[in-house]
Amino acid sequence: MELVPGLGHLTVRRGGPPDQGCDNGFEEVVREMMKIGVPREVYTGENRVAASPDSVRQLRKLGFGVVVESGAGHESQFPDAHFQEAGAEIVADAASVWGQADIILKVRAPMVHPVLGHDEADLLREGCTLISFIWPAQNKELMDRLARRKVNVLAMDSVPRMSRAQKLDALSSMGNIAGYRAVVEAAHAFGRFFMGQVTAAGKVPPAKVFVIGAGVAGLAAIGAASGLGAIVRATDTRPEVKDQVKSMGAEFVSPQYEEEGTGVGGYAKVMSEAYQKAQMEMNARQAAEVDIIITTALIPGRPAPKLITRAMVESMKPGSVIVDLAAEQGGNCECTVPHQKVVHNGVTIIGYSDLPSRLARQSSQLYSTNLLRLLEELCKTKDGVITIDMEDEVIRGTTVIKEGTITWPPPPPRLSAAPPKPVAKAAAPGETKGGHGHGAGAPSSAKSVFLTGLFVAVLFILLGIGAPPSFLGHFTVFVLACFVGYMVIWNVTPALHTPLMSVTNAISSIIVIGALIQISAPGKMLTVLAAFAIALTAVNMFGGFWVTQRMLRMFQK
Amino acid sequence: MIQGLMTVTYIGAIILFILSLGGLSNPETSRRGNLFGIIGMVIAVVATLVGPRVEGGDSYLYILVAMATGGTVGILSARQVKMTQMPELVALMHSLVGLAACLVGMADFINPSAHYAADEKSIHLIETVVGILIGAVTFSGSLVAFGKLSGKIGGKPLLLPARHLLNLGLLLVVLFAGRAYVDAIDIPSGFWPLVIVTVASLLFGIHMVMAIGGADMPVVVSMLNSYSGWAASATGFMLSNDLLIVVGALVGSSGAILSYIMCRAMNRHFLAVIAGGFGTGGGATPAATGGGPQGEVQAITAAETAELLNQASSIIIVPGYGMAVAQAQHTVCEITTRLRDRGASVRFGIHPVAGRMPGHMNVLLAEAKVPYDIVMEMDELNQDFPETDVAIVIGANDIVNPSAQEDPNSPIAGMPVLEVWKAKTSIVMKRSMAPGYAGVDNPLFFKENNRMLFGDAKKMLDEVLSGLRK
Repeated sequence: MELVPGLGHLTVRRGGPPDQGCDNGFEEVVREMMKIGVPREVYTGENRVAASPDSVRQLRKLGFGVVVESGAGHESQFPDAHFQEAGAEIVADAASVWGQADIILKVRAPMVHPVLGHDEADLLREGCTLISFIWPAQNKELMDRLARRKVNVLAMDSVPRMSRAQKLDALSSMGNIAGYRAVVEAAHAFGRFFMGQVTAAGKVPPAKVFVIGAGVAGLAAIGAASGLGAIVRATDTRPEVKDQVKSMGAEFVSPQYEEEGTGVGGYAKVMSEAYQKAQMEMNARQAAEVDIIITTALIPGRPAPKLITRAMVESMKPGSVIVDLAAEQGGNCECTVPHQKVVHNGVTIIGYSDLPSRLARQSSQLYSTNLLRLLEELCKTKDGVITIDMEDEVIRGTTVIKEGTITWPPPPPRLSAAPPKPVAKAAAPGETKGGHGHGAGAPSSAKSVFLTGLFVAVLFILLGIGAPPSFLGHFTVFVLACFVGYMVIWNVTPALHTPLMSVTNAISSIIVIGALIQISAPGKMLTVLAAFAIALTAVNMFGGFWVTQRMLRMFQK
Repeated sequence: MIQGLMTVTYIGAIILFILSLGGLSNPETSRRGNLFGIIGMVIAVVATLVGPRVEGGDSYLYILVAMATGGTVGILSARQVKMTQMPELVALMHSLVGLAACLVGMADFINPSAHYAADEKSIHLIETVVGILIGAVTFSGSLVAFGKLSGKIGGKPLLLPARHLLNLGLLLVVLFAGRAYVDAIDIPSGFWPLVIVTVASLLFGIHMVMAIGGADMPVVVSMLNSYSGWAASATGFMLSNDLLIVVGALVGSSGAILSYIMCRAMNRHFLAVIAGGFGTGGGATPAATGGGPQGEVQAITAAETAELLNQASSIIIVPGYGMAVAQAQHTVCEITTRLRDRGASVRFGIHPVAGRMPGHMNVLLAEAKVPYDIVMEMDELNQDFPETDVAIVIGANDIVNPSAQEDPNSPIAGMPVLEVWKAKTSIVMKRSMAPGYAGVDNPLFFKENNRMLFGDAKKMLDEVLSGLRK
């Protein structure tokens, strides 16, 4: 349902009546298509953009109109022409984007616009919706400013950590890029190969990389570094990430101290003092040994923990590199200078806070997809109008301002990303099954074995007394055959149980012999009965063997 | 001399039959095993034909005609039957054995040429009654099972009031009539008691299988398999024929072991299955388990499934009866081949009671040319789920129900299940949220790492396959 670009103007409502925000307007009989605005990012060095031609195409399919500021995608290598092709309207300046859009998609939180001279927050029209990174905990003032504008704000940094919300978890997608880029930056600053090689010109040892914090960024860094051929070790306070670390090709190292580090929502928490001491000892050991350290340790709402001390940096070999992904929150390393690359005692310390932006095209593409998924959640009706459903846990968590009221922080999430430890091992099978002696392979009680034995013994004695010898001969054969059958059948592989049934079926048509030896007996009636029985068993005999053969032919390696 | 020759040929046939069953221990030797069975059968029949008990040109003509007719019917149906219909075919064949055993018993009854000494006579008559009893139960029970399996009769257990009393009554009738038959002095006076025995046995067979629910069908099919063997054995006693006794005992114990395996796989007691109904050990209906599982079900599309599969390096597929119903095994195989070509590890986890008869799933997968060495039993791969990226459940429910382990009050508590919920992601393909045969809600659907792919299994898998092709 590709709409003709530009047709949207005719139906779009340019700002509602003052008493009726965009949100309330939905109750009207005619639900008018909303316009999404994508301004160019104004933060210095920010190369990302909140939409890609692909996401614009999808947004159009959801029924939205899209306006993009000219040059918004320039640094992400998305030319205006591609946006236009995808169905967006290109406008020359930021003011007209902010002026006509009902929904603003951004990367960075609003800030003072260098050209217009206003704060971007003040450009928002009343009742509209802003979706971007906000960091409400760090930006109290911005939150108040936005609330005063009586707008809705959805913060991409506040998406709850739930499986269902993964597709719109921009922190994960950005963390992934940051982790990758951290390795690229480290490789750039590091004077050697990552992969060990034996060349004609001598042996090159492999680089040793130590990753602290195995979140999304840490795991991406592990993957990238081991992909380049380095020996990678990683640590994390949360023991459950050990398997993930291993699956990415790194060795998991942990301090010799027992404490669980998983906090609310699957993030890390502050650890005890004793643990921290053990952790520092381990870090010091690693620092002296490795060539590259990548730190990604963050605790939500707190300054980054200092895990690499000045002394540790000084213990590192000259030419080593530290990439501090927590630089913006103060850094995990004492020598980190946020936003900068510095050299301390021969060790390069990279504190860039814009790693995703340094891989702008990739970041923009993933971020715009995250935004698209959010809009899909907001616009389930696909008619170009969003509904902010505060009953939906994902939407509730993401929404930080609703119609001018600050709704952050949300109520604590109900689910943790890590599965809760099973309280007790589930009831072992068999415990619950009552008095069934043979039901689940539990050994029968001595009493029941005794009773069965007694019963069988009495039966046999009675048989021995009463039955004629000819019967006992057959009975011997019968009992022995039962045991042979028992032994043989247990060896049959379960995969062949169906052929087993069909072949035993065919074999049981041996009963034909009973009919055969009676067909020559005198009496018409007898002959008819026997012939009929022969015909029946013949069906079984031929059919049974045939179908068994047909089935068995299918089993192949 | 002829009698001696007959006996040794019979022994030869017996050995071949045992080897035939032994061959099934491995797919590689299984076809040779089947061949042994065929040879054994040919030897036994030919030896009987040339033996002293068959005489006169007419007899051979009748035998030829009967064999030709029956054989044609058998081969035609064996060629045409779909692999998904195997349980029906097997059930139908069981009924034929039962009927044949009945007829042979009847024929023996009216055969005037048999003479026995006094004590031998009464035990012979008892053997006849037992043979007819088992034959008739097998016959009618298998017919009902066939009806249930083919959907001609509803799968729900038919629970008549006082059904245990009814069974007891039928048993008493059989005992009394049997007694009257044994005591009868001549053939006409023994006729009516024998008819009563037969009718009561037929009723008993019908009633027994009617009372058993659809989920217990694997047990029923293997149980009837066992009965058909015992019927042959009883006929052997009646005719003093060791070949019949031995073969009947082999088949009978085979079916009994299968029933036992099936019962164990469901953590059900054999008698409880036979007594009918599900979870009705004490005659009570299954108690509601704390209002059922709560939570939100997360749906997934076929395209997203394909994407997940494309990213997964280890996959376990758990097929159930739904795959058979949807005839989806070929698509499953194609998906498997594609994923394996990409280097992913794909395995199949087969629960012993998946499907409607033992080994049903294996046959279907084999039909679709899935290599049998990636088709595993439950115990072989159950511990591997935590290292598995994606577990796909195709049309199965009770066999992947975590409440068997987690909820001691569940009707299926203690039943061994495939632990798909331990995989990183599990995908359940299902037509709707309806509970499985056991009528138990499945908390798996509400697990956080579970996704539901609603729709017909075949259609959805086709879409997944086209998603993988992209």
